[in-house]
Amino acid sequence: MKNKEISVEQAISMIHDGMRLMVGGFTWVGYPHDLLEALSSSGIKDLTLISNDTCSMTVSVGKLVVNRQLKKVIASHVGRNPETGRQVNAGELELEMVPQGTFAERIRCGGAGIAGFYTPTGIGTVIEEGKEKRVFDGKEYLLERALRADVALVKANRADKLGNLEMVKTSKNFNPLMASAADLVIAEVEEIVEVGELPPECISVPGILVDYMVKGAKTCCVIQK
Amino acid sequence: MLRDPKVVIAERAALELKDGDCVNLGIGIPTMVADALPEDVEVILQSENGCVGIGGTAAPGEEDPYLINAGSIYAVEVPGAFYCDSATSFALIRGGHIDCTILGAMQVDEKGNLANWQVPGGKIAGMGGAMDLVAGAKRVIVTMIHTTKGKPKIMHKCTLPLTAVGVVDLIITEMAVIKVTPEGLVLKELGPGVTVEDVVAATEANLIIPAEVGHFE
Repeated sequence: MKNKEISVEQAISMIHDGMRLMVGGFTWVGYPHDLLEALSSSGIKDLTLISNDTCSMTVSVGKLVVNRQLKKVIASHVGRNPETGRQVNAGELELEMVPQGTFAERIRCGGAGIAGFYTPTGIGTVIEEGKEKRVFDGKEYLLERALRADVALVKANRADKLGNLEMVKTSKNFNPLMASAADLVIAEVEEIVEVGELPPECISVPGILVDYMVKGAKTCCVIQK
Repeated sequence: MLRDPKVVIAERAALELKDGDCVNLGIGIPTMVADALPEDVEVILQSENGCVGIGGTAAPGEEDPYLINAGSIYAVEVPGAFYCDSATSFALIRGGHIDCTILGAMQVDEKGNLANWQVPGGKIAGMGGAMDLVAGAKRVIVTMIHTTKGKPKIMHKCTLPLTAVGVVDLIITEMAVIKVTPEGLVLKELGPGVTVEDVVAATEANLIIPAEVGHFE
């Protein structure tokens, strides 16, 4: 069986300028800390970031914004990182705002072989501009298309050597979805155990979806002012 | 003593919830509703970042690095909690499995349209989960201070970018409880020390005023 464990440096060497990059996490929970630290000092640029939010300026994907490594952001919320708004207003960064449920479902579809879906979310708002609308059973819905990426960086607590991932509490968020919706999936995990040690029903992501793993730091609380 | 108008709103909004309801609370006044529930009413709080059964803020030093609420505050779980990924969480929301969502607003109008995510030319933030929540929850209650800087927020027609069309069921402010109906906005109750004239003066929208208007404290 292939050894999936690689170094952070090896992982970053697989990410190139201009790629579409998914990163798991909801602000400061469930994001791949060590991979993002390395990526933010790598000089890799022109990335399209697909992540729920742009966190704050000093944490997680927020650093990719501050270091000007992104050409486009697809997210549901960027309010905690004023640099995102500044770059967008200055015409330096493209921003696609997606309602959070639509964002999640687009990624789920991307990983599930579904081209798109009809949702009531966004009807009558700026979100519907340019999208097909259809009435089902008397109610209006918007067509939203699936979302995929070249690379997904996800976070898990524990993995076994097959790449099965255990995610806990609210650190799951977008991670299991993104692990199914990218051509290359790299998981940062806190601990790697032998095959058979993880209770199968506690596995959030099957190892068949995970290409590589890096061992990262233990998650800490992020203290925000 | 003059009571904090936010507490007045939260306490009135709490009366709208039934024992056993599954509820999603927005940030600000809506969060305060959880602390204002009558003793005989227990609700299950859903947090859109993937928890059914979220509790209050974690005590200092007791934070769990894997557990935040949708406001990104470290929180606790209650016994019987359930965790899921974001697609499942929003399936619960969009699928009509949330009994009620309570959230703030910048503007609400006579058709029950809601604007609460963007001021043109203002700070860029994003809608987060608000558009999905109001599209999917069985009942949408807006809690807010009645006016902002003396300007009305309950309008004939929203002027700010909409979050959703025709979704609001009830508006609760420190001055009034207003029900959204197909005929328009009906003034149901007046807040402490408030007259019908006060509400009309602070509201741009036309209000339907029944012969009997109730009061809340």
